[in-house]
Amino acid sequence: MYHVVIPKIGAATAWRTAARGFLAAQIPPHEICWQEPGAAPELFARTQAPPPTGDIKVSRRFVAMANSVVWHRDRDRFACLYGFLWRLRDAPHLIGDHGDPHLARLRRMEKNVHRCQHKMKAFVRFREIGDREAPRRSFAAWFEPTHHTVEPTASFFARRFGDMDWRIITPDKTAICVDGVVSFSAGQPRPDLPEDAHEDLWIAYFENIFNPARLKVSAMCSEMPKKYWKNLPEAAAIANLVKTAPERAEEMARAAPTLPPLRAERMKERLARFDASDVSGPPQSSAAHRQK
Amino acid sequence: MTRMTVKRKLEILSDAAKYDASCASSGSNKRDSRDGKGLGSNEGSGICHAYAPDGRCISLLKILMTNFCIYDCSYCVNRVSSNVPRARFTVDEVVDLTINFYRRNYIEGLFLSSGIIRSPDATMADMVRIARRLRKEESFRGYIHLKTIPDAAPELIAQAGLLADRLSINVELPTDAAVEAYAPEKSPEQIRGAMADVRHRKDAAQDRSHRGRRPPRFAPAGQSTQMIIGADGATDKTILGRSTRLYGDYKLKRVYYSAFSPIPDSSAKLPLISPPLQREHRLYQADWLLRFYGFELDEITSTTRDGNLDLAVDPKLAWALEHRALFPVDVNTAPKELLLRVPGFGVKTVKRIVSTRRHCYLRYDHLLRIGGAMKKARPFIVAGGWSPGSLTDSACLRARFAPPPEQLTLF
Repeated sequence: MYHVVIPKIGAATAWRTAARGFLAAQIPPHEICWQEPGAAPELFARTQAPPPTGDIKVSRRFVAMANSVVWHRDRDRFACLYGFLWRLRDAPHLIGDHGDPHLARLRRMEKNVHRCQHKMKAFVRFREIGDREAPRRSFAAWFEPTHHTVEPTASFFARRFGDMDWRIITPDKTAICVDGVVSFSAGQPRPDLPEDAHEDLWIAYFENIFNPARLKVSAMCSEMPKKYWKNLPEAAAIANLVKTAPERAEEMARAAPTLPPLRAERMKERLARFDASDVSGPPQSSAAHRQK
Repeated sequence: MTRMTVKRKLEILSDAAKYDASCASSGSNKRDSRDGKGLGSNEGSGICHAYAPDGRCISLLKILMTNFCIYDCSYCVNRVSSNVPRARFTVDEVVDLTINFYRRNYIEGLFLSSGIIRSPDATMADMVRIARRLRKEESFRGYIHLKTIPDAAPELIAQAGLLADRLSINVELPTDAAVEAYAPEKSPEQIRGAMADVRHRKDAAQDRSHRGRRPPRFAPAGQSTQMIIGADGATDKTILGRSTRLYGDYKLKRVYYSAFSPIPDSSAKLPLISPPLQREHRLYQADWLLRFYGFELDEITSTTRDGNLDLAVDPKLAWALEHRALFPVDVNTAPKELLLRVPGFGVKTVKRIVSTRRHCYLRYDHLLRIGGAMKKARPFIVAGGWSPGSLTDSACLRARFAPPPEQLTLF
């Protein structure tokens, strides 16, 4: 029995190296126990995976899938991946077989990870932690992803925020980007980040872009699940917006049409005058452009 | 008068911008800021950074530069005859908000629109100035969507297209007669002329020079437009006909349908009703069938009664119910075009069916794993271990999908 511990940081490379070694040495899946760090080591287990030898050819689609699945929270993910890899040796077409239950499970995990990555790109909220006038401004965020998605998603933030330093702190991993170089360290408890004045403006925007006449709470919740709300500053405004929406919509319908402001008459007169004379001057009509 | 704070302006000018449905940030050219000399990236697919309780995504900072306007369009909250509070952002304020929201990962970019002040040219020139500041001085590489003003000078539109990812011009209402009645200062021909102009500039930007050099890209994420649904009497048939022509003639990326929604201080000309959200949803579904499922316009409109889509069932299901002679189809042998017509099968599902059936004979539980909406697809298909029998032709099939009839209330 082999016993492999896949570390939290660099899990994708670690799993891949180990799997290549086992596959080269023809070790079947039931002889390998894949573990996360911190689990109790098994008695009489060999802890060293055989070194990878020779060329191993695997479908590119499998490699892409494995690179996502390793970040899933499911404890069986490493074993499940290796089990499928083992089956692929004799039946390489299996990677395209959408009816296979084993592949279906892996694809489901892959989808979960992709969704989690997508939500992380959307819902991380930075606060400014450094000097606003510094040549490179710095920002930090606290985030709680469902899966281990900080590592595969960090490159997205590096590509996006090229001219600033940032860090994303999560319970089980921290990503730090300084001068464009990303590094990872252990997770941390929730830090106290300084207040950020732009958060207030953002909440004001969120409240006012909402249309109370089109309340659709379930549509919002399916795309922005409640588990993310505690780290979204704007989520604090939701309860009140939902509560007052029907009343606000009714009020709009009830309100009698008002008289137009005095300005309106003046504007209309000016518009009419310019249209009649058809000369270029404010406000211009397109006919005026064509004459130019 | 005391000066308005940025927060107050933001409240007024985002409130005024919410009736524009588009918030897309996808489909532009790929770019990033790895070089450390700029801010922002665009990776093809858009990101929705938040959702408002109306279920709409918030991807861009959607604001008006100003909600002062000299036009008097009845459906619009910013028309000159409305008494809503007015405000105007300075160039600096818009740039600062965009950059600072972007750095905090609140948004993908800016969607800037404006009421018309002084003249269409002056307004457009201010909007171009904001886009230029963001691109040139702030090296902003995020997404910019500019709502262009139809009667602004062509030189300004040309500049806008080089700075922005997407340009849009709203056709506002589905028929010319309605535009003339409700938006007296706007001219449908002029709007179409402006859209044609954007299309030609975009096409011209594809042509290489004699040395093989590409000209700078013009509005890489294309142009889009919006129509208000339910303010005038246009039927769905008219609306879909109009959007088919818009897609064809101007190569639009999207036509947005916006259910006419109550606005504060509404005009006496357009009485307020609750927005026809279900109708808006059905129009989007039909729009998708036209663009991605190989449906022809008359196929969709032939199933409509009085020219409007069935609100109880989706347009694909409505079509299938009217054409039952074609069903059930065998998922193991049917051509792709026919599979795309099965209710409950999306483009992705069909692609997976076609690739999987090369290796194995598809059974019913395979289809479940592939991800088809089998409850809906069941009566219309044959697969290993499944045949719908007389279900396909049963008289009560529609009733299985339509919501139960509502009892009228007596009071």
